[in-house]
Amino acid sequence: MKWTFFHRMSSPKWFYDFSGQCLPWVGLLALALVVTGLTWGLLFTPPDYLQGNSYRIIFLHVPSASLAMTIYVGLAVTAAIGFVWKIKLADMAVSCLAPIGASFCALALISGSIWGKPTWGTWWVWDARLTSMLILLFLYLGLIALREAIDSRETAARACAILAMVGVVNIPIIKFSVDWWNTLHQGATIKITTESSMAMEMLIPLLISIAGFYLFSLFVFLLRLRAEIISREQRTTWVKALLGAHS
Amino acid sequence: MSQLSSLSASGLTCERDERTLFESLDFTLSSGEVLQVAGPNGAGKTTLMRVIAGLALDFHGDIVWNGQPVKDDRPGFQASLLYMGHQPGVKSIMTPEENLQWSMGLHRKLDKEEIWGALKKVQLRGYEDVPCYQLSAGQNRRVALARLFLARQKLWILDEPFTAIDKAGIAELEQTLVDHARRGGMVMMTTHHEMDMDYSGFRQLVLGGE
Amino acid sequence: MSVMSGFGVVLKRDLHLAFRNRGDLINPLVFFMLVATLFPLGVGPDPETLMIMGGGVIWVSALLSNLLAMDSLFRSDFEDGSLEQLMLAPQPLWMTAMAKVISHWLVTGLPLTLLSPVLAIMFGLPSEALPAIVATLFLGTPLLSLIGAIGAGLTVGLRKGGILLSLLTLPLYIPVLILGTGAIDAAVSGMAWHGHLLWQGVLLVLGITFAPLAISASLRISVSG
Repeated sequence: MKWTFFHRMSSPKWFYDFSGQCLPWVGLLALALVVTGLTWGLLFTPPDYLQGNSYRIIFLHVPSASLAMTIYVGLAVTAAIGFVWKIKLADMAVSCLAPIGASFCALALISGSIWGKPTWGTWWVWDARLTSMLILLFLYLGLIALREAIDSRETAARACAILAMVGVVNIPIIKFSVDWWNTLHQGATIKITTESSMAMEMLIPLLISIAGFYLFSLFVFLLRLRAEIISREQRTTWVKALLGAHS
Repeated sequence: MSQLSSLSASGLTCERDERTLFESLDFTLSSGEVLQVAGPNGAGKTTLMRVIAGLALDFHGDIVWNGQPVKDDRPGFQASLLYMGHQPGVKSIMTPEENLQWSMGLHRKLDKEEIWGALKKVQLRGYEDVPCYQLSAGQNRRVALARLFLARQKLWILDEPFTAIDKAGIAELEQTLVDHARRGGMVMMTTHHEMDMDYSGFRQLVLGGE
Repeated sequence: MSVMSGFGVVLKRDLHLAFRNRGDLINPLVFFMLVATLFPLGVGPDPETLMIMGGGVIWVSALLSNLLAMDSLFRSDFEDGSLEQLMLAPQPLWMTAMAKVISHWLVTGLPLTLLSPVLAIMFGLPSEALPAIVATLFLGTPLLSLIGAIGAGLTVGLRKGGILLSLLTLPLYIPVLILGTGAIDAAVSGMAWHGHLLWQGVLLVLGITFAPLAISASLRISVSG
């Protein structure tokens, strides 16, 4: 029972049809959550007693940073699945995930440094988290560059799968070593977040906006994946039939 | 080389970048046979050779060596395989002798006399100590072909082995291939040269192209 | 034909090739010295600054020099068809890859490690730091070679492999760099640095275990593509 379900799910045609049905709902829900989360967070929460209004950037920064990490892990898992079981759809998914993850990673870095200006008085500090995030961005860019450099799609998918797996094994090591490097060189680090006991009226909009961002990236991911499926399967009869029906 | 061996492929399909090179191809090759893979440019001859040798990964279908799927015992299959691709695999800063020393040394222990004997058979006696970058393209190809005289492997997969070889050399090589087949070996090869092989075990496999 | 003798053939072959190409042997070392020379020229000759920077400069130079040499690890073998011959040998590919990495380290990482005390003296590092420098490079450079070989395997079939190789590999070198310079800093300030070395050893064991598999997989992909 279960296996047939997985098999069906890995068929590009089935996935295209299924995701077509989900797409509008995911998009609408994402929009609703992002708008609610951000409006609530930016306009209706009280200012922080230490950081004033500048802390409000967490409603953008935290979801982006969390997505950047999650997407890389998801990407590596998908890559491994595609590599081991030779599932075409997984290869396609990897190529769609990398640019989304890289964008959120860049967004997290930019919002972090904008936050750093009022908090630390400087745009950039070699804080452990910012540094790790920067290295993560380089890992993403490496994946994108490798894919761009290889002409054959199959070869590119396999090579990126290897790189993503090597990368994901390294991420904890990098994270650990950067943390260590940071404590070694800076003594007491200035913490970017306020203490973990965040007030309820801040936490709820933050959670809503995190959920919204996750759904939004799912929406973008589905859009990209559907385009990728159409482009790769353009010679198959079902895509020809689909395109014929539209023209 | 007394035992009989066989290579069989079934349902081989190879697609490269949304282009089908060959589809559900079946063939067998047994001891004593020389199989020429023929077909126009772009028909997938080289790809087929690389699929059989295990260098190309993009294919579907089964390859069986002596009754056992190749993917279950790749080292065992590779121990019986001699492969020569478009590039001869000759290091230009090494001498012919050193080149044979490593390339055949991967398969078995060799001594100098054997190597010199093989070099003599490809008319490279006297060039043992000359670095290969000083040799002509044909002579470099001959360095690679000297492996045939040292090989104990049963299955030879040769992709365009006659490139840059003169007429007399080709005739000798054809004889070498037939000798190998007579001793119970098998050869799978491509060439653009007209094969006029008067040998009962000679067969052709024609790939269609578009 | 035992599996180990195939390993020996590849190791011998690669060392042989390296010593034929004297330039390739010397160039990474010259590059190592040259990069390190750029730092005093860039930041000024103040001994105080140079002593603080010394460990980091030596490690960054070692890293770049290793990377420079990495591009040639599989490239010439790929271009002349030798890589196919090596791949189709009866021994497993990860073993061949291991032999190539070891021979590569013997002609780049090891000489560089032995040369590092000279740089340490030029940067005015205290003599207590010398064992730390040599020990961390001794454990760290093989790890760099192992990680770099994965990238070299992935990029070997590409026309513009060199710059891409650095983009893929340098982020993965970071932990090795941090541990190496951390140990040297500790030694300079007279603290114990064996903990860092121990972690480097752990990473090296991990690298020796997993990298050969990744290298062989990446070579298969590149040769197939």
